[in-house]
Amino acid sequence: MNKYLIYLNAKRCIGCHGCEIHCKVNKNLPVGPYLCEISHEPLVAVKGVPKTEFHFRSCYHCEDPYCVPICPKNAMIKREDGIVYIDEEKCIGCMACAGACPWGIPQYNPETGKAVKCDYCKDRVDMGLKPACVTKCTTHALKFVTMQEVN
Amino acid sequence: MSETVWSMCGMCSVRCPIKVEVDGNRIKWLEGNPHLLGGALCAKGSAGVALRNDRERPQQPLIRDGGRGAGKWEPVSWDTAIEYIGEKLDIIIDRYGARAVMLSCRGGPFMDLFKTFIHGLGSPNFTNHDSACGRNVHHASLSVYGLGRKGFIYDIKNSKHLVLFGRNIFASLRIAEANQVLDMLDNGGSLTYVDVRQSLTGIKATRFFQVRPGTDYALALGMINGIIKADAYDKEFVDRYTTGFNQLASFVEPYTPEWAAKECGIKAKKLKDFISEVSEQAPQVIFHPGWMLSRYRDSFYASRAIHILNVLMGNIEVKGGQLFPKGPGDCGVKGLRSLDSQVPKPEEKRADGVGWKYRHFDKGPGLFHLFYDAMLTEDPYPVKGVICYRHDPFNCFPDPAAQKEALDNTDLLVSIDTHYSEFGWYSDVILPESMYLERDSIVATQKGPKPRFIVRRKAVDPKFDTKPAWEIFKLLADRMNIGQYFPYNSIEELWQWQLEPTGHTIEEFEGKGFVSLADEPIMYDRDNLDGKFKTPSGKIEFISQKLADAGLASLKPYESPRKAPKGNFRLIFGRSPVHAHGHTVNNPLLNELMPENSLWINKRAAAKLGISEGDLVDVISASSIGTIKAHVTEFIHPEAVYTVHGFGRQVPLQSRAYHAGMSDQKLQSGKLMDMDPAGGGLCLCEVFVTVRRSTKNPKRRVEL
Ligand code: SF4
Ligand code: SF4
Ligand code: SF4
Repeated sequence: MNKYLIYLNAKRCIGCHGCEIHCKVNKNLPVGPYLCEISHEPLVAVKGVPKTEFHFRSCYHCEDPYCVPICPKNAMIKREDGIVYIDEEKCIGCMACAGACPWGIPQYNPETGKAVKCDYCKDRVDMGLKPACVTKCTTHALKFVTMQEVN
Repeated sequence: MSETVWSMCGMCSVRCPIKVEVDGNRIKWLEGNPHLLGGALCAKGSAGVALRNDRERPQQPLIRDGGRGAGKWEPVSWDTAIEYIGEKLDIIIDRYGARAVMLSCRGGPFMDLFKTFIHGLGSPNFTNHDSACGRNVHHASLSVYGLGRKGFIYDIKNSKHLVLFGRNIFASLRIAEANQVLDMLDNGGSLTYVDVRQSLTGIKATRFFQVRPGTDYALALGMINGIIKADAYDKEFVDRYTTGFNQLASFVEPYTPEWAAKECGIKAKKLKDFISEVSEQAPQVIFHPGWMLSRYRDSFYASRAIHILNVLMGNIEVKGGQLFPKGPGDCGVKGLRSLDSQVPKPEEKRADGVGWKYRHFDKGPGLFHLFYDAMLTEDPYPVKGVICYRHDPFNCFPDPAAQKEALDNTDLLVSIDTHYSEFGWYSDVILPESMYLERDSIVATQKGPKPRFIVRRKAVDPKFDTKPAWEIFKLLADRMNIGQYFPYNSIEELWQWQLEPTGHTIEEFEGKGFVSLADEPIMYDRDNLDGKFKTPSGKIEFISQKLADAGLASLKPYESPRKAPKGNFRLIFGRSPVHAHGHTVNNPLLNELMPENSLWINKRAAAKLGISEGDLVDVISASSIGTIKAHVTEFIHPEAVYTVHGFGRQVPLQSRAYHAGMSDQKLQSGKLMDMDPAGGGLCLCEVFVTVRRSTKNPKRRVEL
C-alpha cells in the first residue's frame, strides 16, 4: 500500500517551474532529464477572466508498476512504503522501464548513462525531511502527504 | 560533514535570504531561509548551483585585444588589470578631470561601495539602470508624497483588494510578495489585473481589464472620478494630509468611468462594479503604483494617478494598506556606518544635468541615458570613462547601436560582472566578480514593519580567478590613491566597521542569517503622521509645487495614445518567472527551461497575416529585425505584440544563449533619448513594429 502522495494546491501554484529545477539540482541532473513537470491547459475565459490551472506530475509510484518487472537487472524496486526507485548500482541504462511505463516517466541521464526517476526524494524522506520540490516550492503549493492524511 | 551558511541569493535583484548546506567546497543543498521564506525558492534560485559550475563565464580578468566588440581578449592577472584601469583613469582624470568618469550599477542594498569609489575619485557621476525601469514611479511618488518608490511597502497579505496595472507580480516574482498575494486570495481577497494581455498573474485575478495599450492613465482617471463621485474616498484623511483636492476633483470632472471604459476598450459596467467594490473595501485596498513603468509617454502621470488612488483610499499606515518602512532608528538602533558618508561630496554638476538642468529629478542616481548625450556633445563636459558594475546597458537601454556610437567617444569601458554582458563584450576590461555563492557582501539594512540587518556570506570558494566587489573596489581605490575611503583589509574588518555604531556583531547573524531589530511590526500613529511626507508643503501633494517650478503640470490632461500606423503593432515586453532579464539566459538549467522568447500576437491579427501558432515570424522595426516563433492567442490586444525581455544575445562565448530568441531593445530604434520629461523614464513601449511570416519557416527543404 502506498504511503505517500505529492499533492498540488492548484489555487496557489503560479506555474513558475521552480519545482522542476529544485528537483534537478537536488539530484544533480544535467540538461536533459526532468523528473517532474508543470503543465497547464490552454486559457479559457471564465466570467471574463482568462483562466487556467497548473498540474504537477512526477512519478505515480504505481501500486502495481509496469516498470519494476520489466527491468532485466532488478534495478527498479518498489519499497514497502510504495516508493518506486532505481538502484543505480544495478541499472545498466537499457531504458526498458521507460518503454514499459505508460507515461514514459523514467528518463535517461546522459551523465551517468543510467535511468533516473522520481523517488519521492527517499533519502530526504528517510531523514524526516520533505522532497526537494515540496520543500522549496515557491508558493508552498506542493504538499507531501501520507495516504492517512488524505483519507 | 555539512556546514550551514546563511546567505542571500544573487540570481535576480530581489536577493532572497537563503540557507546553503555545504560539504567541503560543494553545495549540497540550498533553500529559501526557513525563518523568512519557509524554504521557498524560485527556479532561478536553485539554478544558482548551475551558474557556479558554468564555465561560460569570465574566469579571470580580461583586457581587450583588438577592436571593441571584436571578442579578442587577453587573460591577465588582477594586478595587471587593475594597473591597466588605473593608468587609463589617470590619463582621463589628468585631461578632463575626475568628473569625466562615471559609474553605474543596478541599485540595491550594496551601493555604498560603488558610490564611495566614484565619489572618492571626485566625480558626482554615480548612476544606475533605473531610467529604463522604475524612475517614473519613483518620481511620481516623490511628487505626491515627497517619498521615493520605496517610501511605502504594501501589506498585501492583509488587504482585501490588490489592483495591478500591468504589474505581473507572479512573473516578476519576489517570493515573499507572491506568497502575500496568494495568502490574500486564500483569505477571500480580490485581485484586479489590468494589462494588454493575459499573464501568469492575470489568471489568478478575480477581475481582468484587457485595455488598449497605453491607456492606463485613462483608466486610473476614470477610477478617481468614480471614487470621488461616489463619495467613497477617505475624507478625513484627505482633509488632514493632502493639498489640492479641489483641483483634483475639478480636473477629473470630464474623465467619467464611461469615458474611461470607452477609451480603454472595456465595459463601463465592469469598471463601475469595480469602483463600488473598492469603495466598500477601503482602506484595505492597494493600488500597486507599478514597478517597471518606463513604458508610455504618460506613464509618469499614470503612476501619479495610481498613487493618488491610494491616498483616496486612505490606505496609508493601516493594516492591509501601504505602510511606512521602518528602519533601525524606529527600533532605537543606530544605522549601519556608511563608507560613502565619509567621502566629501563632489561639488561638480552632474554630467546628466540632473540636479541643475533637471531640478525635479532625484539627484541620487540621476539618469543614465542622459550621459550618452554628454558623451556625444561634450556638454556640459566630456565623459570618458565608464564603469558598469553588474549592469548591462546594452541589455537594458534601447538601441545598443546608438549607445555604441556614444561610447566610441570614451577612452575606457570597464565591466564588473559575474557573467559576460553585452556591454562587457564591447568594453575594454572585464573584471570578473565571484558569483554570489562564492562571495561575501557588505551588511545591508532591510526596512519594513520589522526591520532587519542581513548579510550575504560566502558558501564556497571561487571556482575561478574571480573576486568579490568589496575587494575589487578596494583594489581600484588603492591604485587610485583613495584607499583611505575603504578602511579595511578583509570583509570581517569591513563588517565590524559597518556594524560598530549599531551595537551588533557579525556573530549574531550566524543563527538565522539576519538580525531582527523588532519582534512585532512597528506602526506609526495614523493620526499623527505630520512630518512624514517630505514634500515642500509637508502634505501629500495632489498639486506639486516642484513640478510647477519645472514648468510641468501636476495633473496632465489625458491624450489618447498614438495609433499604430497601418499594419504596425506596438511592441510590449515583460518578464518570465524563470529568467532575470538577460542575466540568466545562458544558465544551463534556466536556458533548458526557456531557451528563447516568442512573439504573442492576437489571433485575428495573425490570421490576417497568415501566421499560425509556432510559425517563425520576422519582427521588423526601423533599424532591426528579429525572428522568433509566434504564439497566437486571443488573449492579447490586437494593437500589441508581446515578448519576454532579455533574449537575442550576441556574446559568442555564451553558446546556449547566442542568438537565441529576439532582443526587444535592439528593435527600439531611435528610443534612447525618448524620455518622459516629467518622470525621466524612457518610453520603451512607444515602439511600433511590423510582423510577417518568416521565410525561415522549415518547409520544402532540399533533402537530398
Ligand atoms: S514551484 Fe510551486 S508554484 Fe512553482 S510551479 Fe512548482 S508547484 Fe507551482
Ligand atoms: S515509472 Fe511509470 S510505471 Fe513505474 S511507478 Fe512510475 S508511473 Fe508507474
Ligand atoms: S519528489 Fe524528489 S525526485 Fe520526485 S519530483 Fe519531487 S524533487 Fe523530484
